[in-house]
Amino acid sequence: MTQLPGLLDTEAIRKDFPILDRVVHDGQRLVYLDNAATSQKPRQVLDVLNDYYERSNANVHRGVHVLAEEATALYEGARDKVAAFINAPSRDEVIFTKNASESLNLVANMLGWADEPYRVDQDTEIVITEMEHHSNIVPWQLLSQRTGAKLKWFGLTDDGRLDLSEMERVITEKTKVVSFVLVSNILGTVNPVEAIVRRAQDVGALVVIDASQAAPHMTLDVQALQADFVAFTGHKMCGPTGIGVLWGRQELLEDLPPFLGGGEMIETVSMHSSTYAPAPHKFEAGTPPIAQAVGLGAAVDYLTSIGMDNITRHEHALTHYAVGRLLEVPDLRIIGPTTADERGATISFTLGDIHPHDVGQVLDEQGIAVRVGHHCARPVCLRYGIPATTRASFYLYSTPAEVDALVEGLEHVRNFFG
Amino acid sequence: MKLDSMYQDVILDHYKNPHGRGLRNGDAEVHHTNPTCGDEITLRVRLDGDTIEDVSYEGQGCSISQASASVLNELLVGKELAEARRIQETFLELMQSKGRAEPDDAMEEVLEDAIAFAGVSKYPARVKCALLSWMAWKDATAQALGETAGGKTA
Repeated sequence: MTQLPGLLDTEAIRKDFPILDRVVHDGQRLVYLDNAATSQKPRQVLDVLNDYYERSNANVHRGVHVLAEEATALYEGARDKVAAFINAPSRDEVIFTKNASESLNLVANMLGWADEPYRVDQDTEIVITEMEHHSNIVPWQLLSQRTGAKLKWFGLTDDGRLDLSEMERVITEKTKVVSFVLVSNILGTVNPVEAIVRRAQDVGALVVIDASQAAPHMTLDVQALQADFVAFTGHKMCGPTGIGVLWGRQELLEDLPPFLGGGEMIETVSMHSSTYAPAPHKFEAGTPPIAQAVGLGAAVDYLTSIGMDNITRHEHALTHYAVGRLLEVPDLRIIGPTTADERGATISFTLGDIHPHDVGQVLDEQGIAVRVGHHCARPVCLRYGIPATTRASFYLYSTPAEVDALVEGLEHVRNFFG
Repeated sequence: MKLDSMYQDVILDHYKNPHGRGLRNGDAEVHHTNPTCGDEITLRVRLDGDTIEDVSYEGQGCSISQASASVLNELLVGKELAEARRIQETFLELMQSKGRAEPDDAMEEVLEDAIAFAGVSKYPARVKCALLSWMAWKDATAQALGETAGGKTA
């Protein structure tokens, strides 16, 4: 078996993930390489979810009975865990949403309804990048259409990085908000946060970071990032689906208006008007995803016990190995950086003229799960003149043997369609 | 191997050597896409009274979507509209069968090479690929007959 420096003890880790023992298609061992879409869940998270429903299930923040108090403590405890995980200055800056898309839509809507100095209107500009997931494009297009603000973006270089050469033309005195992805879900690129944040701060623009593909894989320190908002989702980081996070700076959360109204988010309500609870509750209308938040808290505990820096090191070693092995495959073209530097463990590629759907189907027959298509980042495919890609993405339980299985699988694909 | 029931030789042959590919004159043109995977087709229909004189197309996509367009061209060109609709409906029925249809001789007689797509119907993610050109043809024909306004791209 291939040994690489920096790898985690995957034999032990894989025992925590029951699904990785699955056998598919009459005897093929599952090789799960679709972690950028969603991660698998360790027993530690599954047990906490189950315990919650079996022992403590109740609605939060309103009952006086034992279960309501336990559920509230577990839900708010998850907020503490997430706040510590991202080094938030205050737990009140952690808003639970249902996913990263909702988090980003929430920011866009706060700004759309905000008063000065945050107000986005027809005299202002919004800046994103060409490598965004659709969830960080469409909310800003909607805001742009509704307010008349101009939507601008950074383009991409041929080697899959942001083209920041015209930084001062893209981010200007008119820019109100700059929203960009920390790690691309299709290219794997890790973006240079500091340079963008510095320029945004110079012109007084707010900075929103989509950390969906970063939070599962690296230490996420919202203070070090110096952003104003950071969004990510739970299900890509060993947590359940249905839970996302929006972190925002406290003074902004105090100033900005709520978006969704309802229970939980109010202070007092009369038939004429209402006053609102302080953040984070101001932005959490209705019964929240309680079990899911508790599950995310367990996922944070799990990842912390392994160590985020250890996970980063493991994935870097694996990515270095995978890039090298994939480039040995004839006609394979990596879409994105072709080294392991400043990139995450997500590798998109094309294989000659064989359509990714066909690649993915033949790999699936060998038990290898990859994602095919445009990965909700269609502008990236347009930029590189391709209809779609095949994407392999790794996580803390991925092994060099699985990289080898992928490479062998691709040889089989070439023979099948050759 | 189960896969072989999807990637029949007939399908791979049509994929590698497509029939009637390329855009030629038509009475109506449509552009359809499959947003989940990026398959695209531009398809034109030319009618001579009730007879389909030509179905020309250009597109990109997976083997299933491209082979399906080729089979469509082979099957429908030269047919009367009523007969073509019967073939289209039979193909749709086969593709919506979730792998449960047992194609009989009558169905095979109607569908000819298109019967090879029976295996695809077991794969929900790929059924749309197989149907892309057929839905485009239906749409283009309706437009050529003046039954609908143009411009659909679904």
